[in-house]
Amino acid sequence: MIEMKHVSFRYDAGKEILHDISFAVAKGESVGLIGANGAGKSTIMKLLSGILSGEGETLICGTPVSRDNLPEVRRKLGYVLQDSDDQMFMPTVYEDMIFAPRNYGLSKEETEKKVDAVLEQLDLTELKHSRNHKISGGEKRMAAIATILTMEPEVILMDEPTASLDPYNRRLVINTIRALPQTKLITSHDLDMILDTCSRVILIDGGTIIADGRAEEILADKELLEAHRMELPLSLTRRQQ
Amino acid sequence: MSRIDQALTEFREMDELADLDSPVHRFPASVKLLLTVLYIMTVLSFDKYNLSGLFLMILFPLFFFQLSGIPVSKCFYKLRYVLPLVMAVGILNPLFDRTPLLQLGSLTVSGGWISMLTLMMKGVFSLMASFLLVASSGISAICAALRRMHVPSVIVTLLLLTYRYITLMGEEVSVMTNAYHLRAPEQKGIEYSAWGSFLGQLLLRSMDRADDIYQAMLLRGYDGRFHYVEEKRAGWKQWLTGLLIAALIVLCRYYNVTELLGRLFVR
Repeated sequence: MIEMKHVSFRYDAGKEILHDISFAVAKGESVGLIGANGAGKSTIMKLLSGILSGEGETLICGTPVSRDNLPEVRRKLGYVLQDSDDQMFMPTVYEDMIFAPRNYGLSKEETEKKVDAVLEQLDLTELKHSRNHKISGGEKRMAAIATILTMEPEVILMDEPTASLDPYNRRLVINTIRALPQTKLITSHDLDMILDTCSRVILIDGGTIIADGRAEEILADKELLEAHRMELPLSLTRRQQ
Repeated sequence: MSRIDQALTEFREMDELADLDSPVHRFPASVKLLLTVLYIMTVLSFDKYNLSGLFLMILFPLFFFQLSGIPVSKCFYKLRYVLPLVMAVGILNPLFDRTPLLQLGSLTVSGGWISMLTLMMKGVFSLMASFLLVASSGISAICAALRRMHVPSVIVTLLLLTYRYITLMGEEVSVMTNAYHLRAPEQKGIEYSAWGSFLGQLLLRSMDRADDIYQAMLLRGYDGRFHYVEEKRAGWKQWLTGLLIAALIVLCRYYNVTELLGRLFVR
């Protein structure tokens, strides 16, 4: 569903940000992309969504991510941005939710059905007509996920989905992510969340893949994590103590 | 709360006013938009000395403010920075136009004073009507109405995004001024020497955020066309009501109702 083959990227003539990145994510798989600040996580997400283009081949559901294919790729892809304020650019939750379906040519009735179904799925029905600037950070994050789900994407990319959320809303978002059947690639520094939601983890540093394997194994490898400016997830730290 | 934050809150309050429920709010935005344009054109078309005829036109916004539940004071408060400019438009008229027009006892009122008053009234009435339209409809509904009237998509999208980006820019200004004042608590404003870098940073940050939002739009299938929330189409009853109001506006333009009423009492 997600594939990168020998992908490299640099900004103009600057330093190489990503070097020879290759990995594949199978249908229904949930993969965590971890790494310290500046490791290249966000660049990978931007390459996958076609915001940036680099050398090598990037495929989403078998379609190459290229300028010509962008509408087709983006139809299959939902990208939950780190900053929900950027994602919720319309005045109300409802207007944001209908944005994608209407752009993709769905009728008013079909859109309405989809919006109601997603809101019910995420238990957000009460937020339907709320003003975006009036809802809390947690609600906004959930609403941002809802705006993506109305597109019925096959692949979901999430950039720091639990960043700056309180424990209650963090747990809510984690449970929501776990319940989503789509193929997911999640970047985060919240390794406990990654452990909770992903079966596989890719660790990157300095623009290259350092490790790719089972989440329980990589996230329990203290030496590996510390060598790449990361720490054990809190839940595993307690267990090891 | 800083002045920027207060301004942002006030700006957003316009959207909240649009969420109220009243006959005016329920009225389709397209009909309201047409009536507002007609009203403003009518008000502007009054002769510069027709003070009594123009005066009656205030009844329209006043009536609809009352009906909508939006306090008129809110309108004047929100427009407090614009109103003085509008009021200043005809301020020089009394100097240039000294034709005696009215005798009040021993006081002679020149045409300049009357035309100054009519100009002020025209400005204030037009602002009141525009405010009522936005406050009772919301920007999305107005944009949807404009599209239904075949106003080019580029113009409507520009209007909507300008509205959106004003708040965005305001948010950036707020963040930056707060950060500045936290490190310069003794200063009342931003020092002149910092203005250049402040504005430069503001521009860069705003452009950055605008780009992020644009990317978010593209990721959700935006292709240059906005699909607005479709408002309920105006039924025949609403069109009829709109026509009646329009007829009343036109009637007030061509018949000096205040004068007619006055004649009932004074012979």
